[in-house]
Amino acid sequence: MKAWVAFWNILKKDMKTYYLKPPNISWGIIFPLAWTLMVFVKSGWSVNLLSLLPGVMSLSILFGTTSMLAVTITFERRSRSFERLLIAPLDLNVLILAKTSGAILFGMINAFFPVCLALFLIPLSGIAWAPVLADLFLISATSTFLGLFIAVSVSEVFEAQTFSNFFRFPMIFLCGLFIPVQDLPWFLRPLSYILPLTYGADILKSLIAKEGRLGLPLNFLVLLFFAVLLFAFSMRNVRKKWIV
Amino acid sequence: MPIVEVHHLVKKYDGFTALEGISFHLEEGEIFGLLGPNGAGKTTTIHVLVGLAHITSGSVTVAGFPYPEGLKQAQGLIGIVPDESNLYEDLDGFENLCFCASLYGISKKKRESRARELLEQFNLTEAGRRPFKAYSKGMKRKLTIAAGIIHEPKILFLDEPTTGIDVAAARQIRSLIQVLHRRGLTILLTTHYIEEAERLCRRIAFLVKGNIVRTGTTEELMQEAQQEHMVQLTLSAADPDLSQKISQAFPHIRAEAVNDRTIHCYSGQPVNMTPLVVFLDQLGLSVFEAKIIRPSLEDVFVKITGIERNQMTQEKGPGGKGGGKG
Repeated sequence: MKAWVAFWNILKKDMKTYYLKPPNISWGIIFPLAWTLMVFVKSGWSVNLLSLLPGVMSLSILFGTTSMLAVTITFERRSRSFERLLIAPLDLNVLILAKTSGAILFGMINAFFPVCLALFLIPLSGIAWAPVLADLFLISATSTFLGLFIAVSVSEVFEAQTFSNFFRFPMIFLCGLFIPVQDLPWFLRPLSYILPLTYGADILKSLIAKEGRLGLPLNFLVLLFFAVLLFAFSMRNVRKKWIV
Repeated sequence: MPIVEVHHLVKKYDGFTALEGISFHLEEGEIFGLLGPNGAGKTTTIHVLVGLAHITSGSVTVAGFPYPEGLKQAQGLIGIVPDESNLYEDLDGFENLCFCASLYGISKKKRESRARELLEQFNLTEAGRRPFKAYSKGMKRKLTIAAGIIHEPKILFLDEPTTGIDVAAARQIRSLIQVLHRRGLTILLTTHYIEEAERLCRRIAFLVKGNIVRTGTTEELMQEAQQEHMVQLTLSAADPDLSQKISQAFPHIRAEAVNDRTIHCYSGQPVNMTPLVVFLDQLGLSVFEAKIIRPSLEDVFVKITGIERNQMTQEKGPGGKGGGKG
């Protein structure tokens, strides 16, 4: 019960002080609009919106969560307010889950901005929303834990942003969202299979555009594996680096 | 029974030894001072006690809970006021206190009433709805102390609570510390201000380069310097050979000229003034003023550690505050 009080209040505080600030909300709206417009312009306005939606949703999550979590945690560590959390009588796993849950939620909210925009343009009634939601949660969790991994590895806010980009930009092109994996040069294909977003995006493609390749059970399993692995690896580093 | 026990605590960071096997204890309800210059290991000691740093070797027990296995239980009973105010800049005073209380699982109703109570006690009620970033340094420090006791801990670790704030705010904070002590809180205070330690602490440990070189009550520590009695004489005229003349006439007195007309007389026994004044009179020197000088804690600290006051606040080195290894 006591842990839940702390968990809920950390989540609430982070949502209020970081994620639901006007610049972040506007980012959530502008980012998918800009991507959609870019693809429309590139394809001569003939693109299938249903094929585009999984990519925009995935990238909204990826860009929203990785840098936000890495930056907010690095910022709190620099200002030493993160020490307040570390000295509280909370299990470290609960504490880090509480810190990351805000970013996971923020990522999922971000993913729904393009969905809301698409609702005005195309029918979305045939989509199974429960697995979509589960997938969005897992994409958001893996992206957030990637942000956590970055946060543990850097000490300055600018480093967090630079390091995030190091992971994010290759992911855009390698995860099969805009260039199908089978169309990538042979030496890049293995790289795309070690990226969690490849599997998350494939689920969205299956459920929304009916274009998936790997099958839902395998995708969910691999995505879950990445989430657990990234969390466990980050926790190992948190214990090693933040409690010296 | 001690509420905090530290035995042969060693803390190393990447080849740098911050604490070289220190031992001390805190009795329940006392204010214990760790006095030392910047970089002595005061912040590192606190970091180990609150769980921000691992123990390299040695043992730590807080409120009966041995570290590291009892750390989480102990953390519920301790509060910390770090050397820098580290609350959330965008939250107001009231929200900051409520948030800190929530980390200890305190219910909404209770944390709100406790936050109001503390804001009133610390004269911050009016500022309670202002964001923390708009506070002055003194107000920030007061709110940080309030945040440290919001969950009603048994032990409070105060890391240099008056560093970097103005004199008036520092006085207020010292008064608050005394109030908290009167209410039964056990306090570990680290400081490099000798007067602060002398004024607030019952017992003091001198921490230098990761070693505790002396521990005792202020009276016990003073006694070391009081083994010698000292009298200061202000004279009517100067005599360059006076120190030598006094020492020859009174073999148990060691005289040292402070300036032309002031002389310090040291003796292992109380200095009998009458023969001394008569002797000086015979030399044609009148005594304008004679006063007994009692040694201060600073004299004791300087004598034991060899560190002068101006060295106490020098910038921290690589093991200092910036790296959390003060």
